[in-house]
Amino acid sequence: MLNKLRAGDKYGQYGYIFIAPFFLVLAIFTIFPMCYSLYLSLTSWDGSTVAPKIVGFANYVDLLKDDTFRQAVANTLIIWLSNVAPQMICAIGLAAILTDKYTEIKGKGFFRAIYYLPNLVTMASVGLLFYYILDWQSGSLNFLLVKIHVFKEPFNWLQDPTATRGAISFTLWWMWFGYSMIIFMAGIKAIPEDLFEAAHVDGANRMQTFLNITIPGIKGSIMYNCVTSVIGGLTMFDIPYVLTNGVGSPLDKGLTIVNYMYNMTFKNYNFGYGATIYAGMFVIVLIFVAIAFKMLDKNLATN
Amino acid sequence: MSYSANYSGATAKNLNGNFNTVKKKGSFSIGKGILYIFLSLLAVVCALPFYFMIINSTHSSADIAQKFLLLPGLDFLDNYNRMIKLVPIWTGFFNSLVIATCATVLSGYFGALTSFGFAKYKFKGKEFLFAIVLASLIVPQQIALVGFYKVVSSIHLMNNRAALVIPAIASASVVFFVRYYIQSAVSDSVMESARMDGCGEFRIFNSIILPMIVPSLATMSIFTFIGSWNSYLLPLFILSDQNKYTVPLMTALSKGVYQNDYGAVYACIAISMMPIIVVFSFCSK
Repeated sequence: MLNKLRAGDKYGQYGYIFIAPFFLVLAIFTIFPMCYSLYLSLTSWDGSTVAPKIVGFANYVDLLKDDTFRQAVANTLIIWLSNVAPQMICAIGLAAILTDKYTEIKGKGFFRAIYYLPNLVTMASVGLLFYYILDWQSGSLNFLLVKIHVFKEPFNWLQDPTATRGAISFTLWWMWFGYSMIIFMAGIKAIPEDLFEAAHVDGANRMQTFLNITIPGIKGSIMYNCVTSVIGGLTMFDIPYVLTNGVGSPLDKGLTIVNYMYNMTFKNYNFGYGATIYAGMFVIVLIFVAIAFKMLDKNLATN
Repeated sequence: MSYSANYSGATAKNLNGNFNTVKKKGSFSIGKGILYIFLSLLAVVCALPFYFMIINSTHSSADIAQKFLLLPGLDFLDNYNRMIKLVPIWTGFFNSLVIATCATVLSGYFGALTSFGFAKYKFKGKEFLFAIVLASLIVPQQIALVGFYKVVSSIHLMNNRAALVIPAIASASVVFFVRYYIQSAVSDSVMESARMDGCGEFRIFNSIILPMIVPSLATMSIFTFIGSWNSYLLPLFILSDQNKYTVPLMTALSKGVYQNDYGAVYACIAISMMPIIVVFSFCSK
């Protein structure tokens, strides 16, 4: 017994050695930048060799009064909610259909693959592709809609605030519902087979099986998707950036928080204020993650 | 029961089975038809942008601007030749490949090493340190951009591809998944017998543990590779030299230089997506 304990101590140092590179890099490239960002948020700095000048909480006061920041937060939340809700509903429905063994769907593999495909390609390329497909004069979508007489004349999607947000939401939905579906399918496959069989034998219809067995069974996957989508959604950048020409046009209605921070820092060279926007976003993300975890706790407690 | 006549020779069990199939086919065909239409429509929605991309990349810019194109044209090479003059997309592929491969190897090796340290050794503050790993998984660390810029510029790694590779060593998701895999898949007795044979701790990891956890590492590595390949924000502000651009930056560059030369831009987008689509269509089978 004593020997074993001593052996544990003897090898314990290797534990530190093995995790050291990870923590060294984490400290340099993640923890220090976060702390330094917090420090910069209290300063005024243009990124040059001149040292940052401490201005106290002035940046935070500005942030609270900043209409563009408020607009960016609202945009991000609107775009996020309007793509996450349909994405989840669609993904859960499809996962249930494609894993149901009592509905013989031909070509399950094909459907699964084609729904997942958009998730694999580079976001920047997807953004660019949609930018050109949605183009007012040369975009394929307007040609198609005019051809099948849905529209009389081409519609300028990316100049209309609502349509721009809709386009960003749609693009994100298009990219991510297949991924969520794969996660839900894995969740459903982990539910014991006999539960479905018992329901089938008892004469439960598909809706009853879905609501009483599938949904409770994949609560874990639902929570996983919620938390990752909170983080991914609130920090979205690539697609809105490309679709709105990097400036959040029209009228800032497509400007996301990260986009605003990026422009403030690397286009306006206002590093101090850029760091403050980061701090503001950090607080918002924490609030949402806390809400998600609270819901997770509640769900686990009721189960 | 009108079916029973047809199956008079069958046993009761068979009869029951046949009856069920007949009933199923009859009553669900309309619902099933709607389901197929819905699934197919969704598949069309998924595929249509790719289809537009491929078709448009084979037509001249003038045609793209004026007509609705549904069939392939003959101008792909023209478009490609114009595009390649200002957008060195193959250099982008090379850069992306190097960066993503290095990042994947580093995150795999050091992620596994860190997971091993957490899974198999007892030391003070272990759970606290692991909580930090978990926290870095949840907080959006990649976007502490301002501070990241400060670090990268003060160690003179701006415009250097290494700045996109080294941070992969601290890949929290690998540690999160592989730690539990090692705990369940590698028994303590394996390590004890290796120690008896005079194996050092590093050698235990390199020649015994690493080969054992390849399956779970491989899965994580695919995600790391795709994530690194698709990354846009970090390369966008770190790399300023066009010869170091990755594929996403090259694609975005094509919009900058060929704003209204639609054929060239579509050709660039198509080429940027092609490898992933090709690899995927082989793998999904």
